[in-house]
Amino acid sequence: MTLPSIIRASPKDAPLNDGVAEPSFFGDLNLDQVVKAVTAGKEEYNLTPYFYQPLHDVDAIAYRHEVWRDLKNNMLSIHVRAFAARMHSVRQHLEQASKLHYQLQKESWFLDEAEIYCAAVSTFVRDLDTVELKSRGFSAFHEYLTKYVESDRFAALTAETKKLRADLGTVKYAILATDGGFTVRRYEGESNYSTEVERTFEKFKQGAVKSYEARFSDLAGMNHIEEKVLEFVGRLYPDIFRTLAEYCVKHAGFLDEAIVAFDRDIQFYVAYQDYISGFKRAGLNFSYPIMSGDDKEERSEDSFDLALAGKLAINKSRIVCNDFHLASDERILVVSGPNQGGKTTFARTFGQLHYLASIGCPVPGSEAKLFLFDQLFTHFEKEEDITTLRGKLEDDLVRIHDILARATSNSIIIMNEIFTSTTLNDAIFLGKNVIKRISDRDALCLCVTFIDELASLDKKTVSMVSTIVPDNPAERTFKIVRKPADGLSYALSIAEKYKLTYERLKERLNS
Amino acid sequence: MKAHLMFRDGDFDPEKKLPPNEPLLTQDLELNTLFAAMAAGDKFLFEIAKRAAFSSMQDLDAIRYRQDILRDCIKNADVVRSMYAIAVESIEQERRHYLGLFSQSPSLVLHRSVNVVEMFIVTLGKLREVADAHAAEFQSEGFVTLFAMLKRELTDEYFALLRTHLKRMKFRGGVLISAELGKGNKGIKYILRRSDGDDDGWLTRLFAGRPRGYSFRLHPRDENGARALGELRDRGLNLIANALGQSTDHILSFFHMLRTELAFYVGCLNLHGELLARGEPICFPEPVALGERKHSFRGLYDVCLALTLTHHVVGNDVAAEGKDLTIITGANQGGKSTFLRSVGLAQLMMQCGMFVGAESFSADVCAGIFTHYKREEDSSMKSGKLDEELARMSTIIDELSPNAMMLFNESFAATNEREGSEIARQIVRALLEKHIKVFFVTHFYDFANSFWEKGMENAMFLRAERQSDGERTFRLIVGRPLETSYGQDLYDRIFGVPTSPTRPQALSPIA
Repeated sequence: MTLPSIIRASPKDAPLNDGVAEPSFFGDLNLDQVVKAVTAGKEEYNLTPYFYQPLHDVDAIAYRHEVWRDLKNNMLSIHVRAFAARMHSVRQHLEQASKLHYQLQKESWFLDEAEIYCAAVSTFVRDLDTVELKSRGFSAFHEYLTKYVESDRFAALTAETKKLRADLGTVKYAILATDGGFTVRRYEGESNYSTEVERTFEKFKQGAVKSYEARFSDLAGMNHIEEKVLEFVGRLYPDIFRTLAEYCVKHAGFLDEAIVAFDRDIQFYVAYQDYISGFKRAGLNFSYPIMSGDDKEERSEDSFDLALAGKLAINKSRIVCNDFHLASDERILVVSGPNQGGKTTFARTFGQLHYLASIGCPVPGSEAKLFLFDQLFTHFEKEEDITTLRGKLEDDLVRIHDILARATSNSIIIMNEIFTSTTLNDAIFLGKNVIKRISDRDALCLCVTFIDELASLDKKTVSMVSTIVPDNPAERTFKIVRKPADGLSYALSIAEKYKLTYERLKERLNS
Repeated sequence: MKAHLMFRDGDFDPEKKLPPNEPLLTQDLELNTLFAAMAAGDKFLFEIAKRAAFSSMQDLDAIRYRQDILRDCIKNADVVRSMYAIAVESIEQERRHYLGLFSQSPSLVLHRSVNVVEMFIVTLGKLREVADAHAAEFQSEGFVTLFAMLKRELTDEYFALLRTHLKRMKFRGGVLISAELGKGNKGIKYILRRSDGDDDGWLTRLFAGRPRGYSFRLHPRDENGARALGELRDRGLNLIANALGQSTDHILSFFHMLRTELAFYVGCLNLHGELLARGEPICFPEPVALGERKHSFRGLYDVCLALTLTHHVVGNDVAAEGKDLTIITGANQGGKSTFLRSVGLAQLMMQCGMFVGAESFSADVCAGIFTHYKREEDSSMKSGKLDEELARMSTIIDELSPNAMMLFNESFAATNEREGSEIARQIVRALLEKHIKVFFVTHFYDFANSFWEKGMENAMFLRAERQSDGERTFRLIVGRPLETSYGQDLYDRIFGVPTSPTRPQALSPIA
């Protein structure tokens, strides 16, 4: 029987590689922030590798979408979380048992671990029976789990665990502690002396008084006196403790590989689901993108920068959503307009959208149809880097050349403010040439630039512009709209505000 | 065990929040003079006198319950003072058994508690002896109940039982603790057990060969072992140490309660002694039900004034039924303020169960006493002063409920007579409609006369009396408001100018 996987559509697909490095564009797109936020608090699962490996097969993405859709069922989501909580406890017990040195203690922790594991598995399979599972991933796992629970091995583990637990519950002993030592024997029904004393003083009871109860540190380990007591208890109940020892040997390594794998894999979904649920409550939309490996027509509605949304959520500010589309031959979005108008954010949104789609996640926005890229490249200007102009320009060109050497017609290239470190004429020249090459390659591209000329280079380019509030140019809408680049409107508005437009200047000069 | 000397079936709570009008009432009625006389230099008595004064009762039975107890106290002052001394002694001795803040191990708590209870047994015994010797001399329900309770609860047999437990709790034969197995096979549910009958019976049986057990002796130099064994003991002793620790606190709070409740009566005894020494009369007032209107007294004087003077004070006589409003006008320094204070004081003292400074006194109980006095101190800005007065009034209005008693002393005099009168008129009219009982000392003729002219059935007018030679008697008479106060007399006296012609006076006999 092949082991099921909740993240891989087919055993032929590349397995998760825990050693994979963070993709180079993560910093530019602020995806590093997103992944950090998504995986926060789930460090035990080491989820970052899941976010570093894009899929290159539309069906592999569909496989994950199916799992997401199943998880939208609140009951399933609750069951998965309950299972995760129990498995977390199993791991904690395993870890604790390994830290302890006294055998009788280790054995007790092992028994607890097995008990919780049995409960986790049998509860989860019962829970899965009650929900409708449509995804291939969940269905296969459910089937696997059902068979596993019915296996003799699991039945034996469950039964023996239960019996031992009950037997240990019958152990009741008494310690007579004197100044120089102690004696341990079975408890013989002696009366509770504390309650007797309490009764005697009952008549004085007034209102509430403070507690004198001491708190004792409850470390998992034992000191040698406690160990000695336990050793004596073991001798008072030899049968129970012999059975426990045999049980531990017999069931060592009882954890099932596929169940353990599921427990980790499913957290990829749970973590992301948790993260985006906050934004959903705030009224933001997420959708399952329609993916294609050959159709380069794209459409995205109400999308937003997930990293920025995370920051704004802290300040309770609203995030601005934007749309874009690429029809027929259109391949290149050229974004221009006023600074601080949301152009870089838009570029990041574009990149995040494609990347998140490529790992099979729901993406920001109410609707999306996206192209499944083979490679994603970013080139973001670092403003503070302006040291020697020539060195910087050269560096820019080298990097862009490098990108163009590797990019295919199925790649996505995102460029933010290129060639700012040279003369306008140089920039126009270089920009036109680079865009022409990308256009010839037929790759998808988003280019943020101050060079209006690039926006209308050929039929593959689409011009988008960041907008302002007409009456108050200082206020940004952060809306990026599809319209011809007209670098002047913003400047005119500012001029109006300072009464420096032609009309105003005429009036002022006349007076 | 309860003292119940303040309430028939409740405890007196000295921690109860003082009412919001406490500071004003204390100032306006000069209550600190009263409390100081009750305290006779004892801070605690002062505090309790104050607390009792401000926890006023409206239930006639409850008032009479205290009056009866106070009569017993006056008759048996020495016995009452000796009981108070026993309570104080118990509390002070307990304080000497110091328990470190950071060393509250169950063993230490238990050790201290055993010592404290041994001490309490002695003082409780003394209390029993008082009950045995003097119970017959008391008639009030409160004391009869208290003595009966002491005799019933604190029998010789009970003291013997306590001593047995105290001896047993020294655990000379070791501490017997039962336990069960918890997480990691560590002991849980540590319960102190009593071996049957004598302290070392179990050990004896153990040495006799049964029941089966295993013993361990500590190496003399095993300090960690000794500490661990001590902790094990402490786990066993935790509940009993808590129970006994709390029991000592309960006994202590019984003594606290006894002391607190007796403190009120001891305070009354002190005051009684002071007034007796000055030859001033006292009487137990006859409270009339809430909502009725009665104010009948003979020789009512201001107790606080009496306490500060060496000569005899002038008392007033009034017989008023069905009066909601009393307006007091007349000569300056003619005893108006003193009268107003004597009314307030008598009301306050009556409603906490005390005697009052009068030959006879009967009045309806009120739902709180409120004072609004002219403030002399801030004379700078007139408008600011009226602001302050009205703000203060507004605060009082929030606190008032029907059948409250409102004492005004020259209120709203921060403005001119016309405005002040109008403000006062509107406020008083509203208060009367809300069934608030009003006493108003004023020199506003406009205000006083306007009510006189209405011919209200439920209004009474008192006037500071003056004889035809201009001398003040400090005695009030019933009479219509006169147009001029006698400031001129004062002027005349101080400046030594001949007396101006006397104005006609409208005198009428006491109603």
